[in-house]
Amino acid sequence: MLENETIEIESIDINLWYDDIQALKDISIKLPKNKVTAIIGPSGCGKSTFLRCINRMNDLIKTCRVTGELLCGSTDIYGKDIDVITLRKRIGMVFQKPNPFPMSIYDNIAYGPRIHNNLNKNGLNDLVEESLRSAALWDEVKDKLNKSAFSLSGGQQQRLCIARTLAVKPEVILFDEPCSALDPISTTRIEDLIGKLKKDYTIIIVTHNMQQAARASDYTAFFLLGEMIEFGKTKHIFEKPKQKSTEDYITGRFG
Amino acid sequence: MKNNERIIESLLFLSAITALVIVSMILIFLLKEGGPFLLRTGISDFILGMKWNPDPVAGEPAYGIFPMIVGSVYIATGSLIFAVPLGVSCAVFLVEVAPIWVQSVIRRGIELLVGIPSVVLGFFGLVLLVPLIREYFGGYGFSILAGSIILGIMALPHIISISADAIAAVPNAHKEASYALGATRWHTIWNVTLPSAKSGIIAAVILGMGNSIGETMAVLMVAGNSTVLPEPIIDVLDPVMTMTANIVIGMNYATGEYQEALFATGIILFLMIVILNGISYHMLRSGKIIQ
Repeated sequence: MLENETIEIESIDINLWYDDIQALKDISIKLPKNKVTAIIGPSGCGKSTFLRCINRMNDLIKTCRVTGELLCGSTDIYGKDIDVITLRKRIGMVFQKPNPFPMSIYDNIAYGPRIHNNLNKNGLNDLVEESLRSAALWDEVKDKLNKSAFSLSGGQQQRLCIARTLAVKPEVILFDEPCSALDPISTTRIEDLIGKLKKDYTIIIVTHNMQQAARASDYTAFFLLGEMIEFGKTKHIFEKPKQKSTEDYITGRFG
Repeated sequence: MKNNERIIESLLFLSAITALVIVSMILIFLLKEGGPFLLRTGISDFILGMKWNPDPVAGEPAYGIFPMIVGSVYIATGSLIFAVPLGVSCAVFLVEVAPIWVQSVIRRGIELLVGIPSVVLGFFGLVLLVPLIREYFGGYGFSILAGSIILGIMALPHIISISADAIAAVPNAHKEASYALGATRWHTIWNVTLPSAKSGIIAAVILGMGNSIGETMAVLMVAGNSTVLPEPIIDVLDPVMTMTANIVIGMNYATGEYQEALFATGIILFLMIVILNGISYHMLRSGKIIQ
């Protein structure tokens, strides 16, 4: 199934606990480079938790404990001497609700580069423009870069957050239900954008919306109660799933 | 039944307006006692007058409180120079860094600090701080510096608790976004958390300033109570008298016009604090709208 793909992220027997509640059980999965992989499943199935393992956002939760191995290329994400800062620069994330900083549009995009790169003013200007263009937002905001990011609509704010992630030049972008707070038109624009971005980035998207997974992804993983039930080409998962529970979920029998 | 409810309602209404009535009565009383004097002497002569000699042995009395306004503002500002960096850092530590048990221990300590009567703090300043300043920095010991440190200690708990609330109110989503871009905890605190909490922190500072200007006892005990301006004006080792100390010192034996002048001092003090509270209220409100 993955024979012609380069593997970007590989998870081997990942288990995760919050205190003594196990949220992920033996997750093993290989995610291909320059493809969109969707993770679907009912609420509480662990899909967002798994996503947050990949850039170690779960570190922020004190009671969280992870075992197993997670590789990004040849980097061991949970390795002893890994630098989380560098890791998060390589693996960007876009959140469920648009969360721009309370700053200008320009400063939002420049936030990441100001941490990681030592750019001069022109370099930074170019990078901001390039990132906004890649996120299909430049034409809408080019005349008001100094306005507050909160002056944008919800859909624009989410594209701003994508541009902000692109500005640090990651290899992988994690999307955590990026459209759940948006209207259908904004959703379509973000999905189109994701389709374009996979040329340059590996994309993993957690979604509640099965049509979205079917439309936007190349591969799909189905999670249920902390386990990965099935993983395969999106077409196969949606047309002839091997597992009964996958079929039940996709056909709307539960979830 | 109907009557009962009406009685309860009006009782509640009465309790609700008590504070308002008291404030208005104090204001009316202040204006009645000090107002005519202010108009007679001229407000600008009173506020900007350099000489305070209400009870002269011979000649005309002089009522100028400019040195005391300077003293009050000086000491209040000085107290903030101590209290703001310390208080805001403490608030950041409490909200962002400390484990729960450390947090609760520190918060208990802060509550205790509020409970210390100001005369006790003043006494502490008198026997410890003033001699230390005299020994290590020179001068008379009773000084702007001593007053500022003592008032800084008193302002600290208010600044910590209001700033901590403001910092805790910063949405988690902002911080997560920052971490996800590879920012460190310090970078996030400095560039996202503190700017987002800015209006609340500024409100805390102004409220602290209001408290400091209004504080009396402790400052009376350590500031030296001199009715002339520091010489040179930036000398923080010089003694000053605050407006509040002026009122306390004079009130016991002042009569006639002298007493009126003290009430007039009270009016000016009241106005300054109303303005500061107004600004702080405005900052808190505008902060809420942004979030």
